[in-house]
Amino acid sequence: MDVMLRLSGVSHAYVSPRGATLAVDGLNLDVAAGEFVSLVGPSGCGKTTILNLMAGLLKPSRGTVELAGEPVSGPNPRIGYMLQQDYLFPWRNIRDNALIGFEIAGARGPEAIRRVDRLLAEFGLAGSARRYPHELSGGMRQRAALVRTLVREPDVLLLDEPFSALDLLIRHQLEDLVWETVRGRGVTAVLVTHDLEEAAAMSDRVVILNASPGRIRAVLDVPASIRTRQPSEARWEKEFGPLFHHLKEMIQEPKGGGAGHARGAGERMDPRT
Amino acid sequence: MARAMPGERESGWIRELERGYRSRARRVTLLVRIWQAALLIAFILLWEAAVRHGRLDELLFSYPSKIAGMLGELAVSGTLVPHALTTVLETTAGFALGTLGGTLLAALLWWFPAAARVLDPYLVVLNSLPKVALGPIFIVGFGPGYLSIIMTAVAVTIIITTLTIYGRFREIDANYLKVVRLFGGTRWQVFRLAVLPGSLPTIVSALKVNVGLSWVGVIVGEFLTAKRGLGYLIIYGFQVFNFTLVLSSLIVIGAVAALMYGFVSLIESRLSPGYRVR
Repeated sequence: MDVMLRLSGVSHAYVSPRGATLAVDGLNLDVAAGEFVSLVGPSGCGKTTILNLMAGLLKPSRGTVELAGEPVSGPNPRIGYMLQQDYLFPWRNIRDNALIGFEIAGARGPEAIRRVDRLLAEFGLAGSARRYPHELSGGMRQRAALVRTLVREPDVLLLDEPFSALDLLIRHQLEDLVWETVRGRGVTAVLVTHDLEEAAAMSDRVVILNASPGRIRAVLDVPASIRTRQPSEARWEKEFGPLFHHLKEMIQEPKGGGAGHARGAGERMDPRT
Repeated sequence: MARAMPGERESGWIRELERGYRSRARRVTLLVRIWQAALLIAFILLWEAAVRHGRLDELLFSYPSKIAGMLGELAVSGTLVPHALTTVLETTAGFALGTLGGTLLAALLWWFPAAARVLDPYLVVLNSLPKVALGPIFIVGFGPGYLSIIMTAVAVTIIITTLTIYGRFREIDANYLKVVRLFGGTRWQVFRLAVLPGSLPTIVSALKVNVGLSWVGVIVGEFLTAKRGLGYLIIYGFQVFNFTLVLSSLIVIGAVAALMYGFVSLIESRLSPGYRVR
């Protein structure tokens, strides 16, 4: 399999008046083309930093990030990014929001509008094209944000806890939708999440990170029976329970020597309020 | 917006409830209007009566019927309109230029953060300076006329506008800027697509505040130099001790300023269809 994203020896430190803090330390990670990888770990493990590095929004302090063999030097239309919330512009209607990628590329035209409308219809938003974000529910807004990202046909989709602000039911629907979209289009996806169940149900591989600084603790392959089913069904598979427990143990398992520290990190894994 | 869909049987009393609510709301609105009108009428009558019975000094306070007569006279003789028009045009130019210039300055500060840091104390000092004190300098610099009056109005409005709008520029949620950057947007696109439209409500509300401030600048400017305008009428009335003229001009100013404010509010509601800040 071709490597789509390659992080080699990536470290990143944030500098502030109080000094430098190491957020990510010596990360090596390959994501194959078409693969779905989840990053899980306690808060402070640099998950969002890793996504920002992949997206080219941050330059790594050390090491390199490559997209299909080319070094990433800045934001790239081939990489799509979904934020924790939709961040649709409240002064634009849904269609104009979804067109923003074309507009920035100077490619807004009849063809772009056709493509946006087609994708909006595919995501059940055909009737909402002329409505404004505040008129839509949270789930619809996040779908509109997904259209905004996907209409530019990215090769890689970075997902920064995109479901965390939604109700459970809507969250599960959206997980299925994203999963199907990503599989159907052969898009490479990297999902950052707090939710171990979500990570297990959606991905091919789960990467477990340590906190401060972020380091890879373990990588877990998801069995075929689970990764070939859409998330809402995968949760009912026989192997799902054991996988989930295994993940949970790995995240709570004290790392060699620093038992107290690791337990502390595990406690912080409790669902966010 | 889910609206309760009443069944056949319940619909009767629910409609009754709605009707009752609406008629109560209408009654309250009507009462408010009546009180507003009553207050105005009472004020005018009291004023008239107090002066006529010698409780208030007629020279200083004049009285409503005399002012009405003066206004009618001014309107018929054709002096009122040119004076009012002059002041309205100067004020409009003042707040439009002040708001535009302030927005432009704020944009420059946003574009050059280093300059913003360097200039910060100067802006604070300029902001606390009473700008009308610059009037004499403008009169010498721009000549006694419209230009120096408009410049006084601009001076009053521009600094506070700059500070307010620059503050808003920096408050825009970083994630909106991130959206534009993720699509490979340039700094200019970040500004044009996220920062500026996100600040539009602030800019319009600055426009509304500047209507009032601009009146201050224009009237003071006219005090200092004008040959025409409502400020000139006031100063002229003062010099010949005709306080009826002074108060008549004041009433015209009040009326025109309220109209102008209403007009800007109208622009505000037109400018932002569907806009709702999260």
